[in-house]
Amino acid sequence: MDRAELIARLTPIITTYAQDKDAVASINENTDFIKDLKINSANLVDVILDVEEEFDIEIDNLSMERMLTVNAAIEIIEDKLRTK
Amino acid sequence: MNKEEILAHLPYSKPFLFVDELLHIDENGSSGTFTFDKDLDFYKGHFKDHPVTPGVILTETMAQIGLVCLGIYLTGSAEGGVPGHVMLTSTAIDFMKPVFPGEKVKVIAEKVYFRFKKLNCTVQMINEQHEVVCKGTIAGMVTNKMNG
Repeated sequence: MDRAELIARLTPIITTYAQDKDAVASINENTDFIKDLKINSANLVDVILDVEEEFDIEIDNLSMERMLTVNAAIEIIEDKLRTK
Repeated sequence: MNKEEILAHLPYSKPFLFVDELLHIDENGSSGTFTFDKDLDFYKGHFKDHPVTPGVILTETMAQIGLVCLGIYLTGSAEGGVPGHVMLTSTAIDFMKPVFPGEKVKVIAEKVYFRFKKLNCTVQMINEQHEVVCKGTIAGMVTNKMNG
């Protein structure tokens, strides 16, 4: 799975919880979930639970804590898919 | 943690304590009761000459018995755990019946998930006629700090 495909599968999940819809339109690898998309900490958990379901992976506490940008999310998903 | 210890950890007092008794608590859910004293202050204005318990107060009652008691139990009962504070983050409640001054209600909460400090519960409130008064989903973050 390449990065473009990963972002394409990630975007609908993020869109559900993003408060700033304009920022969703220009989503890219540097997009910050909290600063740019205004996702609160509770909905960040929902993003992560949805990512687990979408990619059939399990995300641990340490990974969760650094999953704050699209780029970090992609790295973590790629890592978990590799070791699945 | 036992039921008395959980009640002692609740950060509320009158007139904003909406838990009288915890009937049951375990890792999957909680249940408890509250009686709405007819002299509670909000009845004077909700509504003028027609006192009915406000939906936000029913929601708060379900949150205190369900989400907050369960959050305190889950964090306080974990190995080496400290009872946490629960910060409400979302509610989705449907209301079916009014609750009048003096009524006693029972709240039953079931854990949907508790992951990454977020506790999500389904809750329902039942009146003394065993009718469902309101039900829905309540979620919050369980943290170590009072204000998140």
